[in-house]
Amino acid sequence: MSMKVLRRSLPLAIFVVVLGFLFAGLFRDPREVPSPLIGKPAPAFSLAQLHRPERTLTPGDMRGRVWLLNVWASWCVSCRVEHPLLLDLAKANIVPVIGLAYKDKPADGLAWLASNGNPYTVSIVDRDGRVGIDFGVYGVPETFVIDKAGVIRYKQIGPLTADALQQTILPLVHELQRS
Amino acid sequence: MTRYRLAVALLAVALLAASTAWADDALEARLKSLETQLRCLVCQNQTLAESNAPLAEDLRHEVRELAVSGKSDDEIRGYLVARYGDFVLYKPPIKPTTYLLWFGPFLLLACGVIVWFSVLRRRAKTNATGTAAPSAAAARARAVLDE
Repeated sequence: MSMKVLRRSLPLAIFVVVLGFLFAGLFRDPREVPSPLIGKPAPAFSLAQLHRPERTLTPGDMRGRVWLLNVWASWCVSCRVEHPLLLDLAKANIVPVIGLAYKDKPADGLAWLASNGNPYTVSIVDRDGRVGIDFGVYGVPETFVIDKAGVIRYKQIGPLTADALQQTILPLVHELQRS
Repeated sequence: MTRYRLAVALLAVALLAASTAWADDALEARLKSLETQLRCLVCQNQTLAESNAPLAEDLRHEVRELAVSGKSDDEIRGYLVARYGDFVLYKPPIKPTTYLLWFGPFLLLACGVIVWFSVLRRRAKTNATGTAAPSAAAARARAVLDE
């Protein structure tokens, strides 16, 4: 009797399981590809600073500090969406934010920051996008959380949101700063 | 004599041109095949070869440079996987997290075969136990048909 019930309900059970998978799939963003760089040291680079082109910045310069690397560009429309959040973050002075001007003309980047406000501790210029490729950037804006040892801990693909900042990024930054 | 030298020189130039053209063709073919195995991350359902996204252009350029500098296809794929993850490969690698993906269909096939055989066996058993009654009926049917 119980065997029969089991056999009868098997198709329904399979259906429910498949439905569960499909339902969960509805809430996942296929554009967000998990980065293989999480938990790995930030790729080495030495890039000219946007405001002082004669000086460079390397990840080694940030050693001992938790920092954010924000990949942006003056041609990037959704960068405008996250920009107020970055300005607030800069005002709160919680964590240094390095801006990586990705495939942007320095003059355009400077003009954009002058008119929209500059939230960056330092801005660097990745003119040909090579460093972007090393960081696996494919959807500007992107934001990386990098710890004191220079290891990438988190990557936000697409514009920062207040939710992502308050619930994920800042708690992680605080935790990393304590350690 | 001068004519002979000229002919040799011309032949040498022609051979050189042909060999570089052949090498170029081989490189182009190799790049083409690599690019069709790699995914453009911006447009996701296009290969690097098909995509017009600026990033795809940069990555094609990168792939070409790596190939020209003597890197093997595996090294080039590894370079992109290290930056963008397995998702850049159209053909996922076989590893513990993808065992179900690769071997799941065979698992389902095996389940189907097991179900099939158990059904066949059960049917054979009911036929064997039920032969007495049907044969009486069959005899009657034959008698009816033979009339």
